Amino acid sequence: MNNFNGSNEYVVSDDLMRSVNISMALEKPLLIKGEPGTGKTMLADAISKALGKKLIIWNIKSTTKAQDGLYVYDTVQRLYDSQFGTEGVNDIKKYIKLGKLGEAFNSDEQVVLLIDEIDKADLEFPNDLLWELDKMEFYIPETKETIKAKVRPIVIITSNAEKELPDAFLRRCIFHYIEFPNAEMMAEIIKVHFNNIDEYLLEKVLEAFYLIRDVRDVQKKPSTSEVIDWIQALAISGIDPDTIKETVPFAGVLLKKNEDLEAVEKAKERGFVRPRW
Amino acid sequence: MFIDFFYKLRETGLDVSVNEWLTVMEALKKNLCKSSLTEFYYVCRSIVVRSESEFDKFDTAFADYFKDIKKFDQIPQEIYDFLENPKEMAEDFDKLAADLRNGNLTLEDLQRLLRERLEEQKERHDGGIYWIGTGGGSTMGHSGYSPKGIRVGGGEGRLRSALQMAGEHNYKDFREDNILDTRQLQVAFRRLRQFSSRVDGPKTELDVEKTIQKTCDNAGRLKLVFDRPRQNTVKLIVLFDSGGSMHRYSQMCSALFQAVSKSNHFKDLKIYYFHNCIYDQLYTTPECIYDKSVETNWVLRNLNKDYKVIFVGDAAMSPTELLSVGGNFYYGVFNEEPGIEWIRKFKKKYQNVIWLNPILESRWIHTYGYDTIRMISKEVDMYELTVSRMEYALKKLIASK
Repeated sequence: MNNFNGSNEYVVSDDLMRSVNISMALEKPLLIKGEPGTGKTMLADAISKALGKKLIIWNIKSTTKAQDGLYVYDTVQRLYDSQFGTEGVNDIKKYIKLGKLGEAFNSDEQVVLLIDEIDKADLEFPNDLLWELDKMEFYIPETKETIKAKVRPIVIITSNAEKELPDAFLRRCIFHYIEFPNAEMMAEIIKVHFNNIDEYLLEKVLEAFYLIRDVRDVQKKPSTSEVIDWIQALAISGIDPDTIKETVPFAGVLLKKNEDLEAVEKAKERGFVRPRW
Repeated sequence: MFIDFFYKLRETGLDVSVNEWLTVMEALKKNLCKSSLTEFYYVCRSIVVRSESEFDKFDTAFADYFKDIKKFDQIPQEIYDFLENPKEMAEDFDKLAADLRNGNLTLEDLQRLLRERLEEQKERHDGGIYWIGTGGGSTMGHSGYSPKGIRVGGGEGRLRSALQMAGEHNYKDFREDNILDTRQLQVAFRRLRQFSSRVDGPKTELDVEKTIQKTCDNAGRLKLVFDRPRQNTVKLIVLFDSGGSMHRYSQMCSALFQAVSKSNHFKDLKIYYFHNCIYDQLYTTPECIYDKSVETNWVLRNLNKDYKVIFVGDAAMSPTELLSVGGNFYYGVFNEEPGIEWIRKFKKKYQNVIWLNPILESRWIHTYGYDTIRMISKEVDMYELTVSRMEYALKKLIASK
């Protein structure tokens, strides 16, 4: 049986590891929710590497339809070809292209299928995939073929909760909510990215970082990838760790909005003490 | 197994179906829970719960259902340590004797015995009938035999943590009846959609029927016809109260404002401000300055009845502000008609009007301004500003009357 224990490049909490293993044992899709920057997408990559399985990524956009994931029948191309009598027009299979889901089903070995940011798509999108994810098969009427998964893929689905997912869909998933890592966990994550980072610098950076995250008026809270960039910037410029909290250098790396920068500027002047109303 | 727990979960308001419960059973059968309550907690939660807003409900039900086990949580660490490595049971173990000895004990007896042993016991015991230990016939420990008994250690060692976690209510913040943040509000606003293809925009979708028709007309030479994709046609007017009594809700209103203004899926969005109640003027900035105002009549004349209207305010004011001519106490602006008439005008012109109130509904009857809240809610459907109520309100708003 597959068992996921994290990897060298991906720090995984016990909770998450447990959920991954539950979903693999029960052969159900794992739905991962959480703030941006908590490593939802990276998880699938880590699983595929740890288990030595191929990763297939289906990136969902606002225009993506469920059908795109199964197969696409290129009617227009076929019509054009038929006008000029191109060879093989009567072979409909030539114009059927499997989507990512189809690809995952059709694979001879077990793969890891990542359906990334499912909430980006239309509200009805998840409902259209119920049967396919349940039975791991679909039917192509054009060729009268049924594509059925030889080995059930490990399905990881991520969501930023921009849209609510339909109940029927949620029922079929194992749910896991990734919490934003605490300072301890964050230190571990950062150490994975930087081989030899100065402990003192790390401590000071994280102190400032969590203070900034706590500033109430900040709308787009900085996340893991921002703090990693920030440390890079601080390490290169050789800033004295003791001054980080007072000066917050390179705040633009952490905060991407003007309003947020101003809010942090104000909070900094107060020494990150919350104002009383 | 745990059928009671299943119903307990349903009672708490979690919408657990039989299917999911069967999945839990399957997980138990596959030994995913490793006969530990902690693991069971996680397995069960990941299957049954569908959103972080439900974690708290689950925790409540879990803590309540398994609360009686909590009494054994003061097992010293040393005892757990030796229980980690169980001894095999002796071959000549007398099962019958154990049955006779322990068969008639009640739960209270067992609990009493455990408490007594915990006081006396100082070291490891295995294979006996009296102490907490492994491979024996006493009522406490594990890997032993007794018709009745309390399991101590052996995979169950982290029992305490599951209940503790459930008891801690770590996920309380995510409960849906909690007050909203911007993202939740945005999600809520996405419900306001009504699609139609009769709007302007590039023609990007292949119209199959027309393509066939045109191709036939074209003597079989392919001719593609494209159409406009469907778009949201909802038009929205949002009116914010930025009066003094709203100050304490400013955080919440700012979140709501962010959400509305970020929602770019509306066909049209108009935001106005008012002070306590609407009168002859509406303001275009939250400061409510006369210079930056529009005539309310202009709004009523120029924005057609397709607009949907949301009032956001506490509706709490002095009754004169609502009912009297000249009730507007703000900067000496005189109003010919009482505020309530203006609300009625909106109600008359627009079919879909709702009022969102940051004051919780349970407090409407005895908070300051209870009488004006009551009067206004008679005119306009009023909802409290929480996730679940707001979703309901927006559903009402979208439904055509």
